[in-house]
Amino acid sequence: MSKDITANQLALLETLCNACAVSGNENEVRRIVLQEVAPYADEVRVDALGNVLAVKHATEKNPLRVMLDAHMDEVGFMLVAEEGDGLYRFETVGSVDTKCLPGKPVWVGRHHTYGVIGVRPIHLMSEDDLKKSLSPDSLRIDLGPGGKASPGDWATFATRFRRVGDSLFAKAIDDRIGVATLITLLELAPPHLELLAAFTVQEEIGLRGARTAAYAFAPDLAIAVDATPARDLPLSDGAENTTYNTKLGLGPAIYVHNRSTMDDPRLVRFLRQTAEAANIPYQIRQPGGGSTDAGAIQRTRAGVPVVSVSVPHRYTHSPVSVARVEDWKNTLALLQAALLHLRPQVLA
Amino acid sequence: MADLFPLLKSLLAVPGLSGREAAAARLIAEHWRPLTDEVYLGRLGSVHALKRGVADAPRPSVLLAAHMDTIGLMVSGIQDGFLRLTPIGGVDARILPGQAVIVHATGNDRREDLPGLLAALPGTQAETLDFAHLCLDLGLPASQVAESVQVGDLVSFGTEAVQMAGEIVSGAGLDNRASIAAVTLCLQELRSRSHAWDVWAVATVQEEVTDSGAATSAFQVRPGLAIAIDTTFGKGPGADDWNTFPLGKGPTLGYGPNIHPALYRRFKALATQLDLPCATEFMPSSSGTDGMAMQVAAEGVPTFVLSIPIRNMHTPVEMACLTDIQRAGRLLAEFVAGLERDFLETLSWDETGEM
Repeated sequence: MSKDITANQLALLETLCNACAVSGNENEVRRIVLQEVAPYADEVRVDALGNVLAVKHATEKNPLRVMLDAHMDEVGFMLVAEEGDGLYRFETVGSVDTKCLPGKPVWVGRHHTYGVIGVRPIHLMSEDDLKKSLSPDSLRIDLGPGGKASPGDWATFATRFRRVGDSLFAKAIDDRIGVATLITLLELAPPHLELLAAFTVQEEIGLRGARTAAYAFAPDLAIAVDATPARDLPLSDGAENTTYNTKLGLGPAIYVHNRSTMDDPRLVRFLRQTAEAANIPYQIRQPGGGSTDAGAIQRTRAGVPVVSVSVPHRYTHSPVSVARVEDWKNTLALLQAALLHLRPQVLA
Repeated sequence: MADLFPLLKSLLAVPGLSGREAAAARLIAEHWRPLTDEVYLGRLGSVHALKRGVADAPRPSVLLAAHMDTIGLMVSGIQDGFLRLTPIGGVDARILPGQAVIVHATGNDRREDLPGLLAALPGTQAETLDFAHLCLDLGLPASQVAESVQVGDLVSFGTEAVQMAGEIVSGAGLDNRASIAAVTLCLQELRSRSHAWDVWAVATVQEEVTDSGAATSAFQVRPGLAIAIDTTFGKGPGADDWNTFPLGKGPTLGYGPNIHPALYRRFKALATQLDLPCATEFMPSSSGTDGMAMQVAAEGVPTFVLSIPIRNMHTPVEMACLTDIQRAGRLLAEFVAGLERDFLETLSWDETGEM
């Protein structure tokens, strides 16, 4: 049986999810990561883009160089103009689910100043108005008359982490759950591997951090640990949902292909065999769409064999995502077992 | 003002969807009992609190009505562990995806508040987002959901009230708990004031859906005058027309067919005399408040509507200014304290004075 997620791990994930780190300003999460990896890593540095690169050396000679990747950034907003009366125009950063904007609270700037995304009252909407979408351009972040921010401030949805039964409700599960996973994997690093952990920036706006991180590490292979959408809801017309991507509760999602990556078939096979041998549930993420840092890593230098493993979560890039503790536990168990059994022969 | 936010926050923390106001009624009765002579519940659940005047009986009475019910959602179906929903009151479905909510579950013969969130079903386009494309996720196994939740259970917004810069408060339910707070301030002020008239503070039920709270309370109390205290549209995001009013610049005085013109003039003169900022709110046909039902109760009641501007009305992030609430409370208290024993006999239809 895999080990249960500990209270400490949950507390770390809570801290990570409640922190705000929109692509381009990952400071809050970087600070947490630097503090958390310090006891476990032999070398830690912050590169030119702001990636945290942590290395746990192997105790053997000529070890396999294995890169683990999780991105620190999250989607969000940037305030771009002040309109007076506490109102600010904003742009989305990364692919925020824009259906979720109106009527939501946000945290603005370094001090997490409370604001809301205001919307015209339903009473003042015509029948025609109600049939249109609320375009993001028409919305404003509202700090209230007397509220003050600066254009250039970043903002995120204001959502506090909470656990409900086996479910986790939080913003930015994508990809703080990967960040928390990497920290644990560093702690439990098997001695035969040169473990290269990249906590990357700017994934949500084009896999930018992973590119330089992979260049710097020059790994033999890489595993991107991320969170992938579970669209496993009933459909409004009652038809069978056949494009769910992943389902909650079925375990870690192993990728075979997405928009940016062809996952290495040897690594996919190795992960499946590892899961089956250890009796860890897993699912294959439905191929197509989406992307992870693996896409940038794969094309680094002369090429890197990659695979992505994600924790499934519902409501990606929205104010509140939902993941299952059980899925996280099984993701950790799979990756831990995989590292333990990983040998150069896997790529032979 | 230091005490106003805690009061308002306590009022906002209690659910009270139209038709299920009991919890809110209990809390409001608790606030009003020490400030009044008599508190009881009307037959539909409205809170009636009487503060007696000093004039000889039979005294005339003024009814201050603020509705305590709020908009929200109701469970209309359960499918594979997800809840389907229908609105209670005016709710724009387009603001709901990603919204944290609380399900007031009654399955299993137990009452249980379950946190959840609203989501658009897969493939939903923003253009067609309506209640048919929304569901509620409790994060619980389907079997547990089926056991805990029943069709008809109510769902309220899970947004916590927050105080922002510049005496601004944001939260769900400011429509109309802001006015309940204003009436409470008025009652507090009246403790140290002598007033000839009886005052009925009434927290009405079902304003957002049926108006039957105000209609029945006005019938039962049979006041000489009725004042509806409600919220109005604040100038803000997406709202900048003639019928919107800036936050922090005072309450609005209703003017139109729902309002007895003599009451408008009285309030206007009083605000001027007190140097209390306010705006005139033109209501060309309906006020859309409890004032509508009270005006036509029994043989009819001279009615006035006092409103507090809020931004983002009927959303989980409504926004009001504490100063406006305080001013509304003060204006009400001064109005009540200033009522002469024979004020009703002097009510005139003459169009005298200025707007």
